Amino acid sequence: MSSRERTWWIVGGILIVIYALFPIAWIVSLSFKSAADIANGQFLPTTWSTENYSFILTGGASDLFLPALRNSFGICLIATAISCLLAMFAAYAIARLDFPGKTLILSTALAVAIFPVISIVTPLFNVWRQIGLYDTWPGLIIPYLSLTLPISIWTMSAFFREIPWEMEQAAQVDGATTWQAFRKVIVPLAAPGVFTTAIIAFFIAWNDFVYGISLTSTSAARPVPAALGLFSGASQFEDPTGGISAAAVIVTIPVVVLVLLFQRRIVAGLTNGAVKG
Amino acid sequence: MASIEMKNIVKQYGDGYPAVNDVSLDIADGEFMILVGPSGCGKSTLLRMIVGLEDITSGDMIIGGKRVNDLAPRDRNLSMVFQNYALYPHMTVYENIAFPLRLSKTPDDEVRRRVTEASDVLELKEHLERKPANLSGGQRQRVAMGRAIVRQAEAFLFDEPLSNLDAKLRGQMRTEISRLQRRLGITTVYVTHDQTEAMTLGDRVCVLRKGKIQQVASPRELYEQPVNLFVAGFIGSPPMNFLPATLEGDSLSTPFGPIRLDERRVAAVRGRDLLMVGIRPEYFEDASLVDEAKMPLGSTFRARVDVTEWLGDSQYAYIPYEAPEAITAQLRDLSRELDAEEIRTQAIVSIDATSRIREGREAEFWLDSRKVHVFDPQTGDNLTRDAEAGARLTQMAEEDRVEQVEHAQNSGQTVSGQGTGGGGGGAHGAHRAGAA
Repeated sequence: MSSRERTWWIVGGILIVIYALFPIAWIVSLSFKSAADIANGQFLPTTWSTENYSFILTGGASDLFLPALRNSFGICLIATAISCLLAMFAAYAIARLDFPGKTLILSTALAVAIFPVISIVTPLFNVWRQIGLYDTWPGLIIPYLSLTLPISIWTMSAFFREIPWEMEQAAQVDGATTWQAFRKVIVPLAAPGVFTTAIIAFFIAWNDFVYGISLTSTSAARPVPAALGLFSGASQFEDPTGGISAAAVIVTIPVVVLVLLFQRRIVAGLTNGAVKG
Repeated sequence: MASIEMKNIVKQYGDGYPAVNDVSLDIADGEFMILVGPSGCGKSTLLRMIVGLEDITSGDMIIGGKRVNDLAPRDRNLSMVFQNYALYPHMTVYENIAFPLRLSKTPDDEVRRRVTEASDVLELKEHLERKPANLSGGQRQRVAMGRAIVRQAEAFLFDEPLSNLDAKLRGQMRTEISRLQRRLGITTVYVTHDQTEAMTLGDRVCVLRKGKIQQVASPRELYEQPVNLFVAGFIGSPPMNFLPATLEGDSLSTPFGPIRLDERRVAAVRGRDLLMVGIRPEYFEDASLVDEAKMPLGSTFRARVDVTEWLGDSQYAYIPYEAPEAITAQLRDLSRELDAEEIRTQAIVSIDATSRIREGREAEFWLDSRKVHVFDPQTGDNLTRDAEAGARLTQMAEEDRVEQVEHAQNSGQTVSGQGTGGGGGGAHGAHRAGAA
């Protein structure tokens, strides 16, 4: 690569990073502005204040935000775990076994994934109220599974396909049952794939708003994105902009931490599901 | 250890194509059996049916007197070395070898003892803590073998284990496998498409073609008494030469002059218009270098040499000849089936390395007519096969095998189970040097 080319790559890269990160930087900056500063039209706050953070963590919005944070974590983790486990079995079957209806399962999963959430949320609201799932954790976990399972099945079956068949056959000849071969050979080899899938599934559940706002009514199950929409200002003439920004920053932190922690796994998973032996 | 019996084994795939068609084969306890044939002949399928990775459409698979058709691979107690080794990349070499023992819940100190023994035999000791990805091809191959020998399996199955190695290593591993098999005295089935491996390793070789057994015999019998054109063309390198011939009186008229046949062979080939005579390259010789006493046992002819290849220890000459269409068509089919490139109608002749025969000149050759075979060009059958002589060769090979196994087991060390335990590494080393 010539130096001229490299310069262009760097310039282009910086432009893309600025374009992508500018809104986030703006939110961070907003979250540190005091109420009087918010509409002043400047990028940086005139005085750095943490009043928005104390507002959501200890102040007026804390009984809205903190339970929501707990709900979000619990619901998303459970949904991710269940969907990964189910997807692992489904993907294994799809990648390995020949059974009638294989393509049907895959195409159904795809159809579910592209089905607009907004069109099922109203019937789901009615059903959930009838059977008592409205405003409960399971009431959100189940719809989240419908969001995360299809993509988990698709990504994981791609990973399982990359693992050579012989591995498993060798294990069987060595005396393993199908289950042992799966647990001792296939699962460890598929670990990067499972990680990647888990993280993607977690993000999807974490980011959901429509189900969260429609299927909950109290802090018993309301997740963070829905809670953000319910923030109110100090008076009815004030927007809760600062509080929402601060909450948005806090909500972004786990995602960033996850990505940083598992960065190598994710990259390895996304680029190289293949197992070279 | 156990014998393996196959009775009328058939494997049909979903589309009805029989990959293995009515194969019956008995493999004796402790025997080294080779399954060989060109690609697509069903040899790997047959092996996978023995180990249980492939369902058997019909027929009986009997291992150690027990019908195993419906047993899962893990209940058959066989060990297998795969073509790509199928090592577990997330485990160390030690754990890879120990894997079968771990599955059978062997106690830890027993596992350690057996893995150490196996790794000693295969010289893997210093690599035990490494991961397969960091090993060379030959080392990976040895790990795969270690995993196979670490437990007391009924039989070893090899699926083209050397095809991923370079030529030098292949030769080395070949002798290694042979020595190991003799020392352990364990029934072995070995699939290959490489005829050098087939000839050097096997007690008996089973030649397959399109899912059917062509001939099961010792390498010597295959070489000297092939049952048909396919086996004759497949075994031997450079391959057997096939010349068109017609019977005139008691001798064959060929492009290389008349070849006299003895009475038995004349009787066998009489009554056919066109014949095909099969002559191995080494049955030819530069006429000027042939011993006076040997001369009358064959015939001489003059021919123009197209190309010569001098290899130091030997020399090959290529002699073109004319053949009728029926013969060339048959030869073309044969070479296609053997995965060889188009055979030209030329004979490959092995002559002494000191011979002064040169390219482009006419020279006189001598042809040993005692061992030529005559084939029917239509059916490919060998008309002059001496079944008795063949059986004698295979019988001799069997006796050799018994003797070798006894010798190897008396002098060599044994792996796993036969109670050598620890101790005695040095003494074994001395014995092995003596035996080798």
